[in-house]
Amino acid sequence: MTDVAQNSIRTRDLNLWYGDFQALKSVSVDIPQGKITSLIGPSGCGKTTLLRCFNRINERYGNVTTTGEITILGKNIYDENVSLAELRKTVGMVFQRPNPLPISIYENIVFGQRVHSRRGSMNRRDADATVQLALEEVDLWKDVKDLLKKKATLLTLEQQQKLCIARLLPLKPRVILMDEPCSALDAEGTEAIETLIEGLREKYTILIVTHNMAQARRASEECIYMLLGEIIEHGPTSEIFLSPKNKQTEMYIEGRYG
Amino acid sequence: MATAEAVEANPPVRRDTGSFRLGESLMVGLIYLCGISSILFVLAIFVFVFGEAAPLLWGDYGFSFKEFATSTQWYPSQPSNPEFGIVALFAGTAAVSVLSMVLAVPLGLGAAVYVSEFCHGKRKETLKIVIELLAAIPSVVWGFIGVMVLSPIIIETTGASIGTNILNGGVILALMSVPVIVSVGEDALKAVPDSYREAGLALGASRWEIVYRVLFPAAKNGLLAAVLLGVGRAIGETMAVLMATGHAVQIPTSVLDPVQTLTATIAAEMGEAVEHGTQFRVLFLIGVVLFGIAFVVNLTADVIVKGIKGKQND
Repeated sequence: MTDVAQNSIRTRDLNLWYGDFQALKSVSVDIPQGKITSLIGPSGCGKTTLLRCFNRINERYGNVTTTGEITILGKNIYDENVSLAELRKTVGMVFQRPNPLPISIYENIVFGQRVHSRRGSMNRRDADATVQLALEEVDLWKDVKDLLKKKATLLTLEQQQKLCIARLLPLKPRVILMDEPCSALDAEGTEAIETLIEGLREKYTILIVTHNMAQARRASEECIYMLLGEIIEHGPTSEIFLSPKNKQTEMYIEGRYG
Repeated sequence: MATAEAVEANPPVRRDTGSFRLGESLMVGLIYLCGISSILFVLAIFVFVFGEAAPLLWGDYGFSFKEFATSTQWYPSQPSNPEFGIVALFAGTAAVSVLSMVLAVPLGLGAAVYVSEFCHGKRKETLKIVIELLAAIPSVVWGFIGVMVLSPIIIETTGASIGTNILNGGVILALMSVPVIVSVGEDALKAVPDSYREAGLALGASRWEIVYRVLFPAAKNGLLAAVLLGVGRAIGETMAVLMATGHAVQIPTSVLDPVQTLTATIAAEMGEAVEHGTQFRVLFLIGVVLFGIAFVVNLTADVIVKGIKGKQND
């Protein structure tokens, strides 16, 4: 039981193929609850693929085969009776390129609730409150409170990415997956998003894929190094960066590989 | 500096020799001609059509424009006192076009959504080819289907006395417009970035919810343009409606009434009209009216499509 409480995501012997290409090889990992874990590794090592397994969004491509087990909050997400809508409510995702929907800022925030509640069951006042709360939590409210009816795609990239995080919050997710959330942003935007992520820790289990070694180092508590679809090393970030146990990890971290 | 080095390393080949220059300017001239020819053609057609119709308006043909625009009576070949009222013809065109759009828009958009979002691989390719094939069927064949296949079915199921009527023409026109709506609509949906679909999916939306909550708002301009192109096709179509709508100049009161459309009138009566006579010129005036309708529809579609591009640049 304690194991379930401390680890929000655990995989056992997870394999994944795109057609004939094996992208994940026997991945077994425990990702702790309420911490920020970063996934690092060279391009094509499978870190994004692994991330996209956790909300099963990988499956939209027809040629994906998965074997093994993924348990999130004690529930096997490949069970027959798992509803994808429920899974994706619990496990939110932020993408590499900010992708607010081409509707108003307001509608972006309530989109999740509209999808998950019965038609007409949302009342206006609750929705307004939800929008304000979510935007305040990502430090965007003061910037956009007069623009709520404007198209979300008109915001700056940094604001768009904040909005993409904010729209997850009304669904009260337990896990937030982030796929290189800062790679489209400038240094200032990156800092703002990192501060935001830092503020979300403990409330949510956060898993970040990143190419940016420095970001992994300063923003995460645990670190997983992947290479060619396998997990090479997993431990506290400080240990991985100061005294990596594995030679390949050391080479990657020192910039001699990848 | 970098440029200077590059130039030194790769000196440009001299190509400004006489024959090269001649060929070049010849090609430029030819392409220019192709470019402006379409404008010239449209202009020439308009001048021709309007030129044939214009004498009616200021010549002494005993023609009243007011009567033309307001009368429902169309007796063009009456030897004494022929009447040229466009209203019934206009009503015929409107009735058939509206019915065809009521049928074609849901069918066409539904098919576009299916082809673009819900099917993959071989089935998608097959469907697209079949739809293109549907668009390539000549309109006289559609008219033939209307008369020979649809008409008996309509008589049998509705008890109407005549099988060629608004319903028949509307269904035939709908079938002709659907391929246009599907292919343009599918392009519009395909142009929606995949990241929007992923955003919706990751928030727990089902595929259908993504269609109407994400794709429709995102592609609404393109879908509207698709519908308008379908409308254009329906209004301008001649041969099929000539055969399928039953040739009766009247203001229809039910979908089972036969009507006559603007286009069908021109096609049917041009052959028997006395050249440069009143009827001949009135038919050209109907051509001008059709020109106007087509222009308005195309302009609307254009403005909407421009709207898409403008917004993307924001």
